[in-house]
Amino acid sequence: MSAVLALAPLLEARQVWKGKTAANGTGSHQPTGWPALDSVLPGGGWPDAALSEVLLPVDGVGELRLLAPALARLSQTTRPIAVVAPPYVPCVAGWQQLGIAMQQVEIIQAQGSDALWAAEQCLRSGSCSAVLAWPQQVDDRVLRKLQVAAGTGQAQAWVFRDRHCLRQPSPAALRVELVSQPTPGIRVHKCRGAHAPATLIALDLFG
Amino acid sequence: MLWACFTLPNLAMDAVLRSHPDPDRPLVLLDGHAHDRHLVAVNVAARQAGLYAGQKLATAQALLADFEMRPYDAAATAGWLRFLAALAYQFSAEVCLMPGAIALEISHSQRLFGAWPQLFERLQQLLQAQGFQHRLAAAPTPQAAAVMAAERPLQAVTGRGELHAALRGVAVERIGFSGNTCARLKAMGLRTMGQVLQMDRSHLQRRFGQDMVSLLAKLLGEAPDGLERFRPADVFDHHVELSHEVENTGALIFPLRRLTQDLASYLAGRDGGVQHFVLCLDHHGRPATRLDIRLLAPERDAAMLFETARGRLEALQLPAPVLDLRLKARHLPPFVPEGRDLFDTRPAHAIPMAQLRERLRARLGDEAIYRLAPTVDPRPERAQHKGPADTVQTAPQPRPSWLLTQPVPLRGAPPRILAGPERMETGWWDEGGIRRDYYLVQTADGQRAWAFCPSGEADGWMLHGWFA
Repeated sequence: MSAVLALAPLLEARQVWKGKTAANGTGSHQPTGWPALDSVLPGGGWPDAALSEVLLPVDGVGELRLLAPALARLSQTTRPIAVVAPPYVPCVAGWQQLGIAMQQVEIIQAQGSDALWAAEQCLRSGSCSAVLAWPQQVDDRVLRKLQVAAGTGQAQAWVFRDRHCLRQPSPAALRVELVSQPTPGIRVHKCRGAHAPATLIALDLFG
Repeated sequence: MLWACFTLPNLAMDAVLRSHPDPDRPLVLLDGHAHDRHLVAVNVAARQAGLYAGQKLATAQALLADFEMRPYDAAATAGWLRFLAALAYQFSAEVCLMPGAIALEISHSQRLFGAWPQLFERLQQLLQAQGFQHRLAAAPTPQAAAVMAAERPLQAVTGRGELHAALRGVAVERIGFSGNTCARLKAMGLRTMGQVLQMDRSHLQRRFGQDMVSLLAKLLGEAPDGLERFRPADVFDHHVELSHEVENTGALIFPLRRLTQDLASYLAGRDGGVQHFVLCLDHHGRPATRLDIRLLAPERDAAMLFETARGRLEALQLPAPVLDLRLKARHLPPFVPEGRDLFDTRPAHAIPMAQLRERLRARLGDEAIYRLAPTVDPRPERAQHKGPADTVQTAPQPRPSWLLTQPVPLRGAPPRILAGPERMETGWWDEGGIRRDYYLVQTADGQRAWAFCPSGEADGWMLHGWFA
């Protein structure tokens, strides 16, 4: 090994992997609209064209409010937002109050595996800017499919799951857990491109 | 004028083979009375076994023990000729049907589709894709083009003088004179067209009659061709007869793909689309199963039509074995292609939203994908509907993001009231009158709920939504 190799050409030829590039290189991000959260996330927001997982203790703790700034921005683009098999009926007035343009929200009714199929189709099609899904009883293989589809179709994927799914491994680019008691906040469990902060980020979504 | 003509020497057999599950088995088409059955057409495997068109059935059975027989259907064969004419219609406004051949005027089409070699290539691709053997040539008249297709395939004879030269060597039997005329011409020693053309016309007329001379004039372009111009029909109605009784929908996929491809080609030919078509599954001794397929907008993409029809067909429970699959489309509205942005930033393989919507509807049901819009009714149950928006203004009071389809009793400890009440006392004019006080409350789990009590009470909490 007498030859001395310059580092720059190796990097340019992409023969050396740099851990940081994933975070602030090509992968762009959508600001969450919550400054406290943006400051800790690599890239400063939701990873673009990737799967983000939101874990909940119960329904109705502000999970849509967390997404609202990003959804409001995406609903102004030409591509619609697909809401696949929501657990309740989306209330038009409520969504409008969150700033989301409802004429860009497509609601898809499906059950079980059909719902996952529909979510994957929407993501893969490249015609949707974002897909919201509530997968039940799924393994990481199914989530990986969604993650790949999100990358293929350049769409944002958000899945909402129960907090106990935290034990299962997940291929999502970002995993956050909403905490409502005793103090409302958010915990980042995994974020691609950086170490997840260990502490609870105080965030009052209803403030 | 320049006419392209393609002759279809094997039309009847090609039409049968294209929807045949096993085209490599010997197959013959039969015609004639019961005591005089003879072969009208044979496929490649049958020909290799020594069978040929015109052979007696008894002779064929002596030569080959096992081959499939189907009756020759003259009406269906004529239908296929019209179908191909409808496909050719996309290249020219002047298309003529001739016996076993189709002629189309291409001198005006060359500007759009390129000179005749390119146009020939496109025509050939079209016919090959449809699975029809053909011979193709061009000449100044349709009749001459039909002769040239057999004599000099894939060549174009462009001028009158050139046509005379090209016809000179053609044998008189190839022109389409009646058998009697041919025999008498040969008896006179006139074997080629060169010899016939040297003869004086008035002399020919005296000997062979007006018909022969007028055919000659049409051939050379001295008289109008006298052919009727073809107009494609406004309905599409094709069917595939299944060779055996089909009991599961999986076996219908192959014929369905053929039918939807034919439909798409037909639509491309007339520059139209289809928004509603019907699949009819014929059963033995009971009414046919009818499957209506409605699309949100006129479409004509073969893959999309197939996928849409397939999704619905696969969801169907067959009540009885199927004998025949038919695809009918009555209304073929104009097709407006979706406008795409020149600087479209979507990925290259993206499928358009319209196609995605049809794909989802095909599998999940016609009503499975929708948008919600606000109405003018203040009652939460009726404040929104599937369809266009009645109003653009939003409620001044806070509204939840999730609604329960039906209010349910709120369980657990009495909730903490964060805001309210908002009294809703309305709907007295119809059956759905309500008298409620709505509150924004917080449950013991930290959930934000939208709950109500009967007006004026602070008990009997009903949960109606979540502020998620």
